[in-house]
Amino acid sequence: MRLKTLFGATALTLGALAGTAALADTRADLMKQHRGGTLKLNAHGSAGTIDPQINYETEFWSLFYITNDGLLGFKKVEGKDSNTVVPDLAEELPKPEDGGKTYTFKLRPGLKFSTGQDITPTDVVASFQRIFKVSSPTAGSFYNGIVGADACLKEAATCTLKDGVVADDKAGTITFHLTQPDAEFFYKLAVPHATILPADTVAKDLGTTPPAATGPYMIQSYDPDHGMKLVRNPHFKEFSVDAQPDGFVDVIEYNFGLDDQAGVTAVENGQADWTFDAPPTDRLAELGSKFAKQIHVHPLLAYYYVPMNVNIAPFNNPKARQAVAYAIDRKAVVGIWGGPNLAAAQCQLLPAGMAGHEDYCPYTTNPGTQWTAPDLAKAKQLVEESGTKGQKVTLIGDDKAVPKALATYMQDVLRQIGYDASLKVVSHNIQFTYLQNTNNNVQIGVSNWFQDYPAPSDFLHVLFGCDSFHPGSDSSINMSGWCDKKVDAEMKQAMITAVTDALAANRMWAQIDKEITDAAPAAALFQPKQVDLVSKRVGNFLYTDQFHMLFSAAWVQ
Amino acid sequence: MVALAALALIVIATLAAPLYAAHLSGTDPFASNLSGSITLDGIDTPIMQPETEGLGFGTTPIGPTGTGRYFLGADGQGRDVMARLLYGGRNSLVIAGAATVLTLVIAAVLGIVAGFFGGWVDLVISRLLDVLWAFPVFLLAISLSIVTISHGLVIGPFTIASDSLLLPIVIIGIVYVPYVARPIRGQVLQLRQSEFVLAATALGVPRRRILLVDILPNVSSTLIVFAPLTMALNMIIESALSFLSIGVQSPAASWGTIIEDGQGLLYTRPVVAIAPGVCIVLTVLALNVFGDGVRDALDPRAKLRVRA
Repeated sequence: MRLKTLFGATALTLGALAGTAALADTRADLMKQHRGGTLKLNAHGSAGTIDPQINYETEFWSLFYITNDGLLGFKKVEGKDSNTVVPDLAEELPKPEDGGKTYTFKLRPGLKFSTGQDITPTDVVASFQRIFKVSSPTAGSFYNGIVGADACLKEAATCTLKDGVVADDKAGTITFHLTQPDAEFFYKLAVPHATILPADTVAKDLGTTPPAATGPYMIQSYDPDHGMKLVRNPHFKEFSVDAQPDGFVDVIEYNFGLDDQAGVTAVENGQADWTFDAPPTDRLAELGSKFAKQIHVHPLLAYYYVPMNVNIAPFNNPKARQAVAYAIDRKAVVGIWGGPNLAAAQCQLLPAGMAGHEDYCPYTTNPGTQWTAPDLAKAKQLVEESGTKGQKVTLIGDDKAVPKALATYMQDVLRQIGYDASLKVVSHNIQFTYLQNTNNNVQIGVSNWFQDYPAPSDFLHVLFGCDSFHPGSDSSINMSGWCDKKVDAEMKQAMITAVTDALAANRMWAQIDKEITDAAPAAALFQPKQVDLVSKRVGNFLYTDQFHMLFSAAWVQ
Repeated sequence: MVALAALALIVIATLAAPLYAAHLSGTDPFASNLSGSITLDGIDTPIMQPETEGLGFGTTPIGPTGTGRYFLGADGQGRDVMARLLYGGRNSLVIAGAATVLTLVIAAVLGIVAGFFGGWVDLVISRLLDVLWAFPVFLLAISLSIVTISHGLVIGPFTIASDSLLLPIVIIGIVYVPYVARPIRGQVLQLRQSEFVLAATALGVPRRRILLVDILPNVSSTLIVFAPLTMALNMIIESALSFLSIGVQSPAASWGTIIEDGQGLLYTRPVVAIAPGVCIVLTVLALNVFGDGVRDALDPRAKLRVRA
């Protein structure tokens, strides 16, 4: 290294250290000024079990991110950086060994559960066994690549993962062996289903019993009919500002009961600090004009879409599916969500902002990169050519306001292009699984998908991969039943490529996105934005792509 | 007379729905019109109006224009509320009316047969009515609707599609049968012991003839008195089922479905929910007042009771 370079590097290092110290001072100052108080949250209803390895609801995931940790975690910062995986209970991100099939993690020393027990590698092994023993919803999709997972999926009660997850308590390490390289393995270790719990945690759904915590807060009480109370974890010491920063407020109270309308009013009046439910569309104008300073808007890695069953008429005909995609007035559906400031028209199946996304829109008047207007003439022509005109189509909607409005609009679209369309509205609570089960013979529906973690496969492979299609099951997230062996192989290849060459993988995903969009097993509608309304007293609102509002960062005094 | 005039006015207005939609509104009340616009005072105005103040959130359907087009404004799908109100009223009245006829016919048959024949026939029919009566009316109607709304109703060779108006007619027609059949049965039990029926029986007049000539005319006034009151009840239950999305199915409308459409617009366009609500109140009020009038006219004992 040349002397000049060495001086430069030294100066930069000193500058960075000084910056870090200043940041620490600032954070310590802020903690002094704002620590304490109670953050009051509201939701219309609870979201079921508080077992972090079972619950699969955004409403509670944002709590699990501040109560529990995995070996890895998503960085708790504002913006795109929040999609970065950082070491959490593990000391550092391990380097892949054995061609990406082996990873060895070392636990940070001195960590404790909220019960006072030490966190050990044995707890990690037990936690991964527990994923299978409690039939975690992602056991078969996220963690099936661990050696021994197949046996655990078949015989959960005797699951050991003895060759897949190996603990060394003396060295404080845990070694994972995978059946094949998995570029998304770190993401999968960072979601709440990979939470580390004490080894003696019962191997059944915890239900309303609070799990042992490792984050700054722990659940003290939970009544699904009334509310939840989170208090400080007495054994928490801030071990990583990136992975799990300490929280400002002392107590978090989550109230269940007020619906979306009442929830918004409560926040406006200062009776609540934040409400989980999206603001009703008839309150948006009021919020945007009278409460603009209390509003936070962020794009979501998500979309609303219309899955079409490719295995039954009329959508077993690609032209019929493409006709639907051409006929949708995406400006109109954006309006239903709240207008162009709250959603963006979309006609491809990989959302903007996701790696591998390249603007592509074949289903518009001037096909290219952007949607401009519906092409109704083309849609009608395609229906004629498909020979499906006049067929009966039943569209499945759900009974919540916006999805129902979207379904009503889609029924009109189907009638316009020549189908005898009827609308069946089913309860929001069951619509998602109803659409998935092939026994219900659903032809078309309106649904949505929000990312689990920031990878293109979480949209394309999960929603349109052959592995996600399970006829006769409520858990068949490939609602269209579309299984193209060639595209499926391409997706698997892209996932393997991502282990060594992320850029090349992204290019592959862009091509796969085009192929699936062209085949139109589903028609994308729009990409929504998240609207958060907070009370006047809430400061330091921090939004991340993964957890949405980060409750531990907010202060109320 | 006022009630009858009000009813007549409502019926005429709803019958004129196609004329209003075609000649005044010029819109299809059953098609979404989210990207459409109309000309108001020479200015092209979007039906769904984007918010321009503050952060520019939300789109609001056009409000009452006071003109032939969108007189009461638009709903969340950009459809003319006035046109849907008239079409919806037609469906509400047709369902309530037809369900009332069905209720009265079934109730009359069951009540007369049970009361006249007595014995095991009465026992079976009465117990069946008891079972039906044991269910709260709304719970029974909601249950039947939820079961049939998915695949329609199949009775032997007859199939009623899930989006057919016949489905709510049949369901609503059934749930109030015990409420009418029981008084009819009671009246027939009295009539059966009356001198003219006993005389006819003694003279060997066939039972069928006694039923048609002696019994039926004597219970007809009861049925007529029940008609408007039952129709009022049926209208409320139809509105409730449609409000819950298990009555009239999209894109058709009834006053209940329009209230539901307006539920999400209460803050910005309350007229969408209020207008059909007012129509239901007025119609039910008119039917009840009319029903009271009919009862006063056909049941002199009731008049005496009121005066006493």
